[in-house]
Amino acid sequence: MIISSSINNIKESKFINHFISILKENPITFLAFLMLFFFMITAILGPYLVPYDPLETNAKIALQPPSIEHLFGTDNLGRDVFSRVIVATRLDLTISVLAVLISFIIGSFLGTLAGYWGGWLDIFLSRILDTIMAFPLFVLAMGIVAALGNTIENIIYATAIINIPFYARLVRAEVNIRREASFVHAAKMAGNSEFKILAIHIFPNTLPPMMVQVSLNLGWAILNAAGLSFIGLGVRPPTPEWGIMVAEGANFIISGEWWLALFPGLWLMLAVLTFNLLGDGLRDIFDPRKRA
Amino acid sequence: MLSVQNLNVKFNTRKGLVEAVRDISFNLKKGEILGIVGESGSGKSVTSYALMRILDNTGLIRANKMIYSGIDLDNASEKLMMDIRGREVSMIFQNPRTSLNPIRKIGVQIEDVLRRHSRATRYNAKQKAIEALRAVKIKDPENRYYSYPYQLSGGMCQRVVCAIALACDPKLLIADEPTTGLDITTQKAVMDLIKDLILSRNMSSIFITHDLGLASEYCDRIIVMKDGSIVEKGVTKNIFTYPKHPYTQKLVNATPRPEKNIRSLLPPQVKNHEVKHVIQDHTILEVKNLSKLYKGQFGSIQAVKSISFKIKKGECVGLVGESGCGKSTTSAILSRLIDASEGQIFFDKKDISMLPSKNFSKNPIRSHIQMVFQDPTESLNPRYTAKQSISDPLKNLTNMNNDEINTKVIEASNLVGLPLNLLDRLPHQLSGGQKARVGIARAIALSPKLLILDEPTASLDVSIQAVILNLLVDLRAKLGMSYLFVSHDLNVVQLLCDYIIVMKEGVIIEQGKSNQIISNPKESYTRLLLEASPKPPKLPNVP
Amino acid sequence: MKNKFPKLHAALFRSVQSIPVLIGVVVISFLLTRALPGDPAVYFAGAAADEQSINEIRIAMGLDKTLYEQFFVYVNNLMQGNLGTSLSTGQPVLNDLIKRLPASLELTILSLILSSLISIPLGILAATRPDSWIDHLCRFLVTAGVSLPTFFTGILLIYIFYYILGLSPSPIGRLDFMYIEPNLVTGFYLIDAAISNDWETWIGATKQLILPSVTLSLFTLAPIARMTRASMLTILSSEFVRTAKAAGLSNGKVLFSYALRNALLPIITTLGMVFSFALGANVLVEKVFAWPGIGSYAVEALIVSDYAAVQGFVLSMAIMFVILNLLIDLIYMIIDPRIGFESK
Repeated sequence: MIISSSINNIKESKFINHFISILKENPITFLAFLMLFFFMITAILGPYLVPYDPLETNAKIALQPPSIEHLFGTDNLGRDVFSRVIVATRLDLTISVLAVLISFIIGSFLGTLAGYWGGWLDIFLSRILDTIMAFPLFVLAMGIVAALGNTIENIIYATAIINIPFYARLVRAEVNIRREASFVHAAKMAGNSEFKILAIHIFPNTLPPMMVQVSLNLGWAILNAAGLSFIGLGVRPPTPEWGIMVAEGANFIISGEWWLALFPGLWLMLAVLTFNLLGDGLRDIFDPRKRA
Repeated sequence: MLSVQNLNVKFNTRKGLVEAVRDISFNLKKGEILGIVGESGSGKSVTSYALMRILDNTGLIRANKMIYSGIDLDNASEKLMMDIRGREVSMIFQNPRTSLNPIRKIGVQIEDVLRRHSRATRYNAKQKAIEALRAVKIKDPENRYYSYPYQLSGGMCQRVVCAIALACDPKLLIADEPTTGLDITTQKAVMDLIKDLILSRNMSSIFITHDLGLASEYCDRIIVMKDGSIVEKGVTKNIFTYPKHPYTQKLVNATPRPEKNIRSLLPPQVKNHEVKHVIQDHTILEVKNLSKLYKGQFGSIQAVKSISFKIKKGECVGLVGESGCGKSTTSAILSRLIDASEGQIFFDKKDISMLPSKNFSKNPIRSHIQMVFQDPTESLNPRYTAKQSISDPLKNLTNMNNDEINTKVIEASNLVGLPLNLLDRLPHQLSGGQKARVGIARAIALSPKLLILDEPTASLDVSIQAVILNLLVDLRAKLGMSYLFVSHDLNVVQLLCDYIIVMKEGVIIEQGKSNQIISNPKESYTRLLLEASPKPPKLPNVP
Repeated sequence: MKNKFPKLHAALFRSVQSIPVLIGVVVISFLLTRALPGDPAVYFAGAAADEQSINEIRIAMGLDKTLYEQFFVYVNNLMQGNLGTSLSTGQPVLNDLIKRLPASLELTILSLILSSLISIPLGILAATRPDSWIDHLCRFLVTAGVSLPTFFTGILLIYIFYYILGLSPSPIGRLDFMYIEPNLVTGFYLIDAAISNDWETWIGATKQLILPSVTLSLFTLAPIARMTRASMLTILSSEFVRTAKAAGLSNGKVLFSYALRNALLPIITTLGMVFSFALGANVLVEKVFAWPGIGSYAVEALIVSDYAAVQGFVLSMAIMFVILNLLIDLIYMIIDPRIGFESK
């Protein structure tokens, strides 16, 4: 009993040590995690800490350039752009995280089945995946949201659906490779059931390469949601969301009021960049071979 | 013709400067074949890369002298080096198939070299390329010119690689493990070819290998390297008959050959007496008319054609053959990883061929048949510590509680000589030999009656192989297991096995008691295999 | 057949594999647009129509039949090239698409060429000179490039080059209103203007094309550069390149005949994928620059539930992509001599 609980303690501190050493080794990963932390805090606490109500309009102070009172200026309805940008973080991050989570779970599940058992299941699944991937992704997302309606849930579902094939394909390939590896044979010799082999031996070892895809997807998902909002298919005004804010701001850029579109666009870019930089770091964290 | 003095090679890695070659010096005479022998990490390949100056950017060469035929290789310009490579000094590598451009016709690849060194013009290049192919004894060279590497066998690919290397008549050929991964008969054919070509053209050669026995057959002089330094140099015969350095002695001892017994593979001070194992009359495994048919996209392949044999309790049976003979398929069927197409397998009189392999993991017989795999790295789950790997079969196939499992794991580790402090390590934190021990501990944790070993020492250094082979011998005696030892190396098999089965193309060519097969083989194929195995010089004082 | 003409067999096999995908595409695009909100019959009938006339129109449009029947009618029409009639333009959708396709294609193709011209050499240089400034530049561009929202970069470029610097013309489409469209031959203004020797229009069209194609190519730059660099790195460290170097072959020979040709294979596959992304990003760019292509056509159609137009758009995009992928796979088969022979 004592042995197993102390072993558990060793496991936890090992993980933390491993995490810290990855951060130390790779300054870019460290930066990415810092930025991630910043965005997470903004998402969680943002709405409580912003100076102005993001929905409050005030026609008298419309279209003012950035100043001390309004760090990012005000938009055409007199709303504080800074508050809107910060509050939008929660929405955009939620959409992307949920969408990626759903597609990761469904995609990995389907990909594992197809990769391990092959045969008709594999052929059938591959055809369906091919069909989904035959549509230019954004076009498909457009179609789904247009068909199902302009709600946030539908954006999440649409983004999830178009991302499923990437995970399914990746997992399928990784499982295929490992299916014939001798440690899988050894696991069979050790009496593991097929389910156990898939769940405990094969799948966890496919995680490192998947992590890179996950982080890329998180970035894409945000871009997707913003893009949909930009063409009027996503979030509806007056909800603050980065894409909509860029769309609304686009009309004013030609007349020189750059701050309405620039700041939300910049924030959008930084968020996506954070996720992209995270990719390698996440992969290293999940890779047992990186543990010293 | 080649003079090297105080050669040092360091690599600039993230963890600082790593010394790969430390201060080595040697000479090579014209027409001489020099062997550089060492285990992994000895620096032998790095030395040759340094001579050719084809190290990575991170490699730094420092030498007092590195002179080839009067040319200073160390300070030569890259332009001069590019002229020397291929024209004066050529190199061939391991893995002939991947050494060739997969999407370029082999004839054109030879032409590239010929034209680069102005040995041919646009007009006669093709003709000369065909001649080069003929020189390496490739049949039908006019048509083979148009082939792609994937259309050739491993042995043929290596011949093409030789053709490319020798096309411009270099004076020095460096061969870096050219036969690793090839079958024994192919290995002999390729080595004989290389030796013929070298002698007929009056070339010198440096032959790099980890196989001391192979080096002894083809080299005039041998250099032994360890950890980047040269520990001994000498004429081949002397290295074998009077090795001076303890490391050389260790290597010479550990090289399996016909007149040795298993204990003599180890250094003298380590020896304790081998416990004789007892072969009982009781048959533990009987295979009757076993067949396996694979249906593929391009037609069916009969991997195993109606083979039959028996294994007695306590016996060690060797299954020998070259690649494609069906031995791996057979061992996979016997370990019940895959199903046979036809035939019966009687384990302890029970027919287990009827039980589908899918469900076999739940069968109580599972714990009686276990397997040790070829590649120790690949056979361990990278996320499992050694302890987890060893306890895996105990968790699944027994009702033991955690404490009992821990005890058993410690017991198994002690039996295989795995230090207990390594149990919490992950595979990438263990050495090759340690990983092999973990694999064996996992296999014997359940005290199986039959242990199937699929080339268990093929990827290990020869000194570690000696240790592992002795370990296997001791375990067999202690635990009363029967072994099926699958291998391509007859020298190893005859040390360990009581009974030998020779397979070729899915059928059993010959089977019988070890000493009979070795001393008096009936079939010509068996004789071919025996002849092809490298035979190091006999020691004067065999115990 | 399999053994005599393995490549032909492999090519046919691959082509046949596209058929179920095409079927799936047709089904999905049908289902999607049938689920669009809004009742087209109501819209088409007009504001003053009553129940009965709406019903008559519904019957005339075939909307009263069951879903299966509608699907068969749909497929039937497809076979005859009838994609329905657009509600907003009143023209057959097929005609609308054909009229607007060249605008999108001109933009996309130009951007792809532009970004390949930059990203492929960049990737090659980055791979042959690891850890140099060019390698770092490449890696930076790749990471930044995939983070850029297309619509944002478009707007930013307009702001900098039109508003501040005044270098670019106003983003109102393919040609500023002082120019006349060139005679229609291909629909590609650059080609048509050149054919009629109308160089003034040619310059005008080019000026309008610059910003949108730069925006789109920034988007496609990153994945192509990344794949080129990665593929070259892998090939350059492969054993056959080592053999070539050890044989003394010149750097140029090694790079072009040995490394690049082999590295191109995955790059070509990536180009196909990038084209798909570009088709999607097209929609956004067309909106920002008021480009009269099929992307903006689709967006306008979506807003008014012009289901025939949306359906036609989605379907045609998907079919274009399937055909493109098939072409790329076939090209791959021609280049790689191993395909058709190696069992997978």
